[in-house]
Amino acid sequence: MNALNAAGFPLLSLLTFLPLVGGAVIMMIRGPEAAVASNARWAALWTSLIVFALSLVLWFKFDTSSAGFQFVEEAAWLPQWGITYKMGVDGISVLFVLLATALVPICILASWDSIETRVREFMFAFLVLETMMVGMFAALDFVVFYMFFEGVLIPMYLLIGVWGGPRRVYAAIKFFLYTLAGSVLMLLALLAMWYAAGSTDIPTLMATQFKPAVQTWLFLAFFASFAVKVPMWPVHTWLPDAHVEAPTAGSVILAGVLLKMGAYGFLRFSVPMLPDATAYFAPMIFALSVVAVIYTSLVALAQTDMKKLIAYSSVAHMGVVTIGIFTVNEQGISGALFQMLSHGVVSGALFLCVGVVYDRIHSREIARYGGLADRMPKYALAFMLFSMASVGLPGTAGFVGEFLVLVGAFKVNFWLAALGSMGMILGAAYMLYLYRRVIFGSITRDDLKSIMDLSPREIAVFAPLVVLTLWMGIYPSSFTVFWDASVHAMVEKHIAALASTSKLAGVIVP
Amino acid sequence: MLFATAVFAPLLGSLVALLFGKQIGDRAAQAVTIICMILAAICGTSAFVSLVYGGGAPGVITLATWVSSGDFSVTWALRYDTLSAVMVAMITFIATLIHIYSVGYMGHEPHGSVWRFFSYLSLFTFAMLMLVTADNLLQLFFGWEGVGLASYLLIGYWYHKPSACAAAIKAFVVNRIGDLGFALGIALIFVVFGSITFDAIFAAVGQHQNDSYSVLGGTFRAYEVIGVLLFIGAMGKSAQLGLHVWLPDAMEGPTPVSALIHAATMVTAGVFLMARMSPVLEYAPGAMAFVTFVGASTALFAATVGVVQNDIKRIIAYSTCSQLGYMFIAAGVGAYQASVFHLLTHAFFKALLFLGAGSVIHAMSDEQDIRKMGGIWKKIPLTYTMMWIGSLALAGVFPFAGFFSKDAVLEAAYASHGGFAKYGFWCGILAAFLTAFYSWRLLILTFHGAPRADKHTMDHVHESPLVMTVPLMLLAAGAVLTGFTFAHQLLGEHWQHFWGAAIHNGPHNHVMHDMHEVPGWVVALPAVVGLSGIALAYIIYMGMPALPAQLADRFGGVYRFLLNKWYFDELYDRILVRPIMALARGLWQVGDATIIDGIPNGVASLTAQGAGRVVKVQTGSIAHYAFAMLIGVVVLVSLYLIIR
Repeated sequence: MNALNAAGFPLLSLLTFLPLVGGAVIMMIRGPEAAVASNARWAALWTSLIVFALSLVLWFKFDTSSAGFQFVEEAAWLPQWGITYKMGVDGISVLFVLLATALVPICILASWDSIETRVREFMFAFLVLETMMVGMFAALDFVVFYMFFEGVLIPMYLLIGVWGGPRRVYAAIKFFLYTLAGSVLMLLALLAMWYAAGSTDIPTLMATQFKPAVQTWLFLAFFASFAVKVPMWPVHTWLPDAHVEAPTAGSVILAGVLLKMGAYGFLRFSVPMLPDATAYFAPMIFALSVVAVIYTSLVALAQTDMKKLIAYSSVAHMGVVTIGIFTVNEQGISGALFQMLSHGVVSGALFLCVGVVYDRIHSREIARYGGLADRMPKYALAFMLFSMASVGLPGTAGFVGEFLVLVGAFKVNFWLAALGSMGMILGAAYMLYLYRRVIFGSITRDDLKSIMDLSPREIAVFAPLVVLTLWMGIYPSSFTVFWDASVHAMVEKHIAALASTSKLAGVIVP
Repeated sequence: MLFATAVFAPLLGSLVALLFGKQIGDRAAQAVTIICMILAAICGTSAFVSLVYGGGAPGVITLATWVSSGDFSVTWALRYDTLSAVMVAMITFIATLIHIYSVGYMGHEPHGSVWRFFSYLSLFTFAMLMLVTADNLLQLFFGWEGVGLASYLLIGYWYHKPSACAAAIKAFVVNRIGDLGFALGIALIFVVFGSITFDAIFAAVGQHQNDSYSVLGGTFRAYEVIGVLLFIGAMGKSAQLGLHVWLPDAMEGPTPVSALIHAATMVTAGVFLMARMSPVLEYAPGAMAFVTFVGASTALFAATVGVVQNDIKRIIAYSTCSQLGYMFIAAGVGAYQASVFHLLTHAFFKALLFLGAGSVIHAMSDEQDIRKMGGIWKKIPLTYTMMWIGSLALAGVFPFAGFFSKDAVLEAAYASHGGFAKYGFWCGILAAFLTAFYSWRLLILTFHGAPRADKHTMDHVHESPLVMTVPLMLLAAGAVLTGFTFAHQLLGEHWQHFWGAAIHNGPHNHVMHDMHEVPGWVVALPAVVGLSGIALAYIIYMGMPALPAQLADRFGGVYRFLLNKWYFDELYDRILVRPIMALARGLWQVGDATIIDGIPNGVASLTAQGAGRVVKVQTGSIAHYAFAMLIGVVVLVSLYLIIR
């Protein structure tokens, strides 16, 4: 073990595997069904809360002035192949570990009553999911990363396939095949990199210069995997189906954390390791992202299912993220990271909002609702806040990332900024249209006349998200400070790398 | 600290009412918000007085860092100069009166829900205060979007009404179109100046004079592009021609909201932005010509529509649109001071007119159609007087406030050079005639002639309570006094002393001087056309009440064109709303479901069929397998050779 760990103990491994231990304990619970369910819930909640509390060490002890990896742990694993078990976080990844550990207890609390069957297995799957997510963001070895990256699929597949809606099997298989298809190509890239660099250590790979021709192929392989995960247009159609069929907590994690894996992959591998290919393919990514923003926003406008609408809005928001990443300037990347975090919080919260009424009425049909403001003022207020954050109102989490990406994109091209920001208008249209149909108007259906406002448990679920949404909007510096150094270093390195290849090619750099 | 208190007291009131309104009840929520507003008004006025008359120094109050990324960094800060101080004083004063008036106006609302209304009103005021006191463009944008949100909430306050919900969404979305332009403008300013803090931008204006920016296939001076983008934002918020469609619908909200939107907050934001950014805009003559052109067209367009409308609030709404046009004419010719002056006087008389209209509606049991009014002036004499004062000010009759500011705008337009300025002047003169005409049409149809309401309504006609009429009287005092009190200070020979460095006039911009040297007929003309408009309305509607209907019959096409507001809504519905919705459904059902999902599903079935054939290939003969492998290797190697 590396002695230079800031926490003094293998914090990241603990964060990664503690949920697995909790899950194992849950699977050992025996007894009558009701007791098992209740014990499983409490055990899962406590496990996830302890993990979250532990992860706060990252928040307080992370050295924001450093661009390097921190809390690094290393253990020999397959030395003859150059593969080590290596964990660590830098400014890019640290907050995503926290996002994952913060969302899991919220999801468990949100599933408290809505999951009634196989509660023990549900909680187990969820904790395994947490292990995979944290491990993926903390991995510093490509092989370790790949295992977690793929591992995420399994619990998510089960969450959709077992606890999902009526078309859950179709959605689960579609989800699995889409994401797996991309991943296979990433495995090829992994092998190629390992072959070229002799190591799968991520910092080593970052320092390796791949030949431009090789970069192109590697980039495409990575792209196939990450684009599906983001998801980018036109490989996004698995997402609405997966969301619609997934249980509420599954949607929250899917939108909140899993969608970030693709963008994180671009930031961890494509941009730093393949600078020439990044520059070469950026226009293609911009084009796809702009299409994603406009196309999926329009599709969201036509939706009749609440979850599908929010799922499509996620694709549009992630389009902004991919634009930001590939501008490779500080505002663009910083904005993309912020947008990823804020989307994690806000769209997670929006799926929870859908979950609240779904638990009561068992319908996601927008037309089924209307006039909820009369009976559910607290709910209406929370929903309004998250809608506005989704729309990108200044003062909420959604604005900062969108605006920074706009500035970053403007440095590249006027049209990229203008078209990429069309979401400002279309987003307002579909979110307010949704809000109007669900919350405003008069109650016409009998079962809505007695619908209950948020329960104390639901308020406990929303409260942290409300605080985060406002905090991120009013004082975003407490988040951006984590990655400023890393982003700065990444951009500098990218510019230097491009300059050196131009020199090699005999091009005079002005 | 006075200044900061003025800005944040409304926020405090709003939050208390929002979070605890249910517990403390309507009365307490009203008391809290109004006390906070009065505090804000006292502090705001004191801050203004001490800056302009007490020798206080302008400055910046920094509160905290906001967004910081690389070289992009902005803070939460309040900018304290004449422009912001005068706006803060006006906003807090008028908003306070509107709060007080609302106690009476919302008295018939079901109990236990009015706290929401007061919370939103205070939030609206706070957002506008943040907008005018911003020290950088991003904070201005925060306030800018904040008033958008608050207006959405207030227009849609009666959320049971489908028309109110539709109007609320329309207001937000149309504003967002402008906001996109504004956001792009901010980004371009950052790219050009490397900062979006006002002091840094203004200090560097000289260095980037000749920067250029390529867009739309042409290369333009960066300042011109910035000017146009910022003005697109202003067009949305200030309801200029093309993006004006939300404003008339915004009257779906309760009347005090209309007063707040049309007078103190929201629509004035665009005009304020022009004045705030004057150091840059002064060097963008092309953009400024565009501003004048759009402003002038709006002034005339809205006035023509106002002439035939029948809804009392809608007439006043179009008059706002038209008056905003005047403000942009002045801003476009470089007379930002005149533009802000008209903004101030307009705030008073427009709030007065809207609240007066509210008092009429209140008296008429919620009737808004002036064709169903008439003959009530003796029953509500106080409201009647107030409406007269407001109309006199709007029509620009001496010595009411509008006379001074409207004259200043038109003189500046005349004094300025260039075709657009002349266009602005003549549009303004024509609009002044129409304004006076429709104002008296409204007065006469509403208050005079035979009663056209049913007896039940007529029996109920009553003067509003003191809580509503006292704010009216205070606003009326403003509509009478603000003109001649401030005209000399804001625009007279010592205008530089009043404004300090808050507004910048370029070295070649002498309009502030030249506007006082125009020929006598230019000074007299607005008053003459105004009085003739009044006279014409009097003759037609008092003398020949049958004539308007005959004219409408005779010129049916023109009448319907105006009545339907030049068919803007229908046009947008045809060319934007419906095609976009159709496209949205098409992309979803054809693009996503058929094409994109069709490919993988097709692949899946191909795979299934393929698998069947593969089974046949598995013959068990090693020779066959070896042959297949060989072919595979050849294909791979040749692919490798070709591609590399």
